[in-house]
Amino acid sequence: MKQIATRKSRRPATSNGRLSQAASDAANRWNLRLYVAGQTPRSLTAFRNLKDICEEYLKGQYHIEVIDLMENPTLARGDQILAVPTLVRKLPQPIRKIIGDLSNTERVLVGLDIQPR
Amino acid sequence: MSRQNRRNFQPLKALEKERTGISGFDEITRGGLPKGRPTLVCGSAGAGKTLFAMEFLVRGVTLFNEPGVFISFEESDVELATNVASLGFDLNQLIADKKLILDFVFIERSEIEETGEYDLEALFLRLGYAIDSIGAKRVVLDTLEALFSALPSEAIVRAELRRLFRWLKEKGVTAVITGERGEGKLTRYGLEEYVADCVILLDNRVQNQLSTRRMRIVKYRGTSHGTNEYPFFIDDKGFSVLPITSLGLSHKAPTEYVSTGINRLDTMLNGRGFYKGSSILVSGTAGTGKSTLAAHFINAACTRGERALFFAFEESQDQIIRNMRSVGIDLEKFVKKGLLQFQNARPSAWGLEIHLALIHKTIEEFNPAVVVVDPITNFLAVGDQVDTKAMLTRLIDFLKMKEITGFFSSLTSAQSEIEDSEVGVSSLMDAWLLVRTIESNGERNRGLYILKARGIAHSNQVREFLLTEHGIELIDAYIGADGVLMGSARSGQLALERATERERHQATARKQRELQRKQELYEAQLRALQNQYETERDAILMELEEEQKRLKEAAAQRVEIARLRKADTSGTRIDENGARKARKGAAR
Repeated sequence: MKQIATRKSRRPATSNGRLSQAASDAANRWNLRLYVAGQTPRSLTAFRNLKDICEEYLKGQYHIEVIDLMENPTLARGDQILAVPTLVRKLPQPIRKIIGDLSNTERVLVGLDIQPR
Repeated sequence: MSRQNRRNFQPLKALEKERTGISGFDEITRGGLPKGRPTLVCGSAGAGKTLFAMEFLVRGVTLFNEPGVFISFEESDVELATNVASLGFDLNQLIADKKLILDFVFIERSEIEETGEYDLEALFLRLGYAIDSIGAKRVVLDTLEALFSALPSEAIVRAELRRLFRWLKEKGVTAVITGERGEGKLTRYGLEEYVADCVILLDNRVQNQLSTRRMRIVKYRGTSHGTNEYPFFIDDKGFSVLPITSLGLSHKAPTEYVSTGINRLDTMLNGRGFYKGSSILVSGTAGTGKSTLAAHFINAACTRGERALFFAFEESQDQIIRNMRSVGIDLEKFVKKGLLQFQNARPSAWGLEIHLALIHKTIEEFNPAVVVVDPITNFLAVGDQVDTKAMLTRLIDFLKMKEITGFFSSLTSAQSEIEDSEVGVSSLMDAWLLVRTIESNGERNRGLYILKARGIAHSNQVREFLLTEHGIELIDAYIGADGVLMGSARSGQLALERATERERHQATARKQRELQRKQELYEAQLRALQNQYETERDAILMELEEEQKRLKEAAAQRVEIARLRKADTSGTRIDENGARKARKGAAR
């Protein structure tokens, strides 16, 4: 998970992992940041849930950055994180926050303001 | 093993306390907050919770060099720094010195969507990081209840709060958690159930349009503490709690005396004046010279080089100085020397508690030997009699503890009982002077009594007292058959008495002269009688002599006749003898 997080935080995660300018632009449409505290089962669940939702609804248009607050506690201040896991929708604006392990897909879609197809 | 035994084997360690550095608070809690444990500070909006918490941190840094973390859920760090700057706390400097961390935790409910399980580990991490980065010993969470409104799941918040308090204890930090006062509960969300060690309640009550802040320690596990409501105030130096209600009757009783500033009054008080550190009440109706007595007292103290503090609730400083100059007391020079300080305020400016607090504070700062409060009755304008008495009791206790001599004046209204001290504090006082005007013969005169003076043999007589341009002069009132006379009646009576006296003197002199004359008269008469007697005696003696001469001559005549008649009888011899005798007498 840590490895995934690191990788994901550096590069946009696309469906096939291929990198292109267009894909990069598209990926920047949805800028998501997942805050977790350590590799707890809940963190892993949250990441998996997020990944699933993104793959299903935002394929090729998203970028996930995972921040482990255990390693960088100072980062919690910037986005005013209290609860973990917290998903922050940085883009598109306005900023939205979704707390919890993202197991309720409907609520996540509402939170991210994604119209289900 | 019985419980008792076990206790003996493991001696109980007294609860360690962390001094807050908040003025007066450490006294009422006997040492401060429980060290390494969380304390709940609750109160309604504007009660001073945030300020209390902030001062706890700032004092921790400045007085005890203990860094602190302030987690704010309500105000941003900029707002906080600005708000407390007015109290002289420079947060930015403390932050720059790495002694203080301000962390503003902002949660906007509308931004948050809850999906599934979560915990507040991020908050713990933020807090933990802040604590560790500066080695904080003190933590403030202001106010945690924001979590309840920010996060939808109360169950999670409650579970996390329980974990948070346990975690704070494990961290060993002394924490202050603030909470909003709830209906019928200490806090709106029942935070008190998590914080079991110490709960402090702040209160801001409005009475007679005057607000008074009060503090109460609701609970403090494992230690004794004052249980009263303590007034406190917030001024430009921060929080001040008044621990004075906790004072008992354990003050020392000095044996030195302080002069009243009036010789004659000292004389009435066993020649030395009042005891140092005693409390003196001067009561009387309007215009009886109470303030002037106070001025004398101050004058004497300042002349001795002692400091005096004058709390005036009726007159301004200038007015007092001017008025006292008219009776020959120059207070201004003492003000200039820094020996005398005036505190002038209308009683209605603040509530009683704040008055007391300010008096307390001024005394602490100025450190006087003598304090005058003129008059105490004006406090009745801001509090009822019970409150005022309670306040004065605390003031007197405080003064006694500091061995400050307190001089209180009390205005008695004309219609009330003259020996009624209005505020009902006479029993608290060590000495009580009563000045009253005595109206008779169309004039008012001032009379002074010492109603009591504990531990001092004092005069029980009324003295007339005059306000002259050299100050107060005490004169013996005329006490005679017609009662006590004062003023012109006194001088009239004295004149009358002098006249009577003079008359009596004259009568005596007259009698003495008469006696003299009588003596002379009788002596003259005696002399005259003596003369008469002597004259008469001489005359009688002369007559007797003549008579004898005549008898002798008659005898001689008879002898001669007999001789001539040639008588030869024995009788002749006798006659011859007789003749011889007669001749002899004639020859003499």
